[in-house]
Amino acid sequence: MGVMKRVQLVFRAKANKALDRMEDPRETLDYSYQQQLELLQKVRRGVADVATSRKRLELQLNQLQQSADKLTRQAQDSLAAGREDLAREALQRKAGVQSQIDDLKVQYESLQSEEEKLTGAAQRLQAKVDAFRMKKETIKATYTAAEAQTRISEAFTGISEEMGDVGMAIQRAEDKTEQMKARAGAIDELMASGALDDMVGGPRDDIQAELDRMGASSGVDRELEQMKAALASSAPRQIEGGQADGASAEPASAPAVEQAGDAE
Amino acid sequence: MIVRILGEGQLHVPESAVGELNELDAQLEAAVERSDEPAFREALDALLGKLREVGEQVEPGTLEPSGLIVPSADTTMEEVRRLLTDEGLIPG
Repeated sequence: MGVMKRVQLVFRAKANKALDRMEDPRETLDYSYQQQLELLQKVRRGVADVATSRKRLELQLNQLQQSADKLTRQAQDSLAAGREDLAREALQRKAGVQSQIDDLKVQYESLQSEEEKLTGAAQRLQAKVDAFRMKKETIKATYTAAEAQTRISEAFTGISEEMGDVGMAIQRAEDKTEQMKARAGAIDELMASGALDDMVGGPRDDIQAELDRMGASSGVDRELEQMKAALASSAPRQIEGGQADGASAEPASAPAVEQAGDAE
Repeated sequence: MIVRILGEGQLHVPESAVGELNELDAQLEAAVERSDEPAFREALDALLGKLREVGEQVEPGTLEPSGLIVPSADTTMEEVRRLLTDEGLIPG
């Protein structure tokens, strides 16, 4: 019979079963319309839920990217300071962070496509619900009970198929969102525990500490060097100055001596 | 005839294309029965590709039921099986 026909029959059987349960055609119309409105609410909530999950993922991706960038800078600084061991460590950590990023990006895209699908489903359902509402009023106003029955089953079967489809889309999106929440939670925990190394200002940033130490000590070294250099260049002058520069220095101090002499 | 692609909406398909669609559908069904994942994927893609090629979007406000319903591209073989036997895949 083929997959297409068999799936269609399953949907149709579902609609017929629901239709059989209704006794009064008017009840069918109103009850179905209520269900449609509820489903519309549900699909809109679904869109909002997926969007929330997507934004959370976006935030985590940004954080991870910052970590990766910082590790790259640290590796560069380490290498510039001649510490290949530190640079290697930083790059290894970056690789770990990067694989998380790559993984999350795939999930992010899948959530994005889920969001688009659900948004489309909400729009299609809205259009059918609007059509159903109009048809419902026409049927109620114009037709006798017997005539109404056949028209109702047509409209009902059509909307029921759409509802089944949208219901599946919501279910699918919910499953994905749940998976995403669990995953985002796990990543938050990893970040909090430091296992993933929240290097951005995190307390466990030993590479930065080492770089800072090196930075500080190189600063001290630099200052020491400057002092030594200053000393080395001025010391000979002073020694020489004691003899050669003494002559030029004397006139400057002479007035003071003279003044002191005057005061006496 | 109207064909629904699950998750995408309904398409008007000319009767002249139905024969070819049925052939592709038969391949899809055979792949599901053999549990042949690569063939399943290939057949589903071919079927959906053909549908999109020949089909025209149905106005969204139509309440007409579909004559045929096709699973969406990201449906797994397991999900198709459940769809065929209606093991709670369609809510409501």
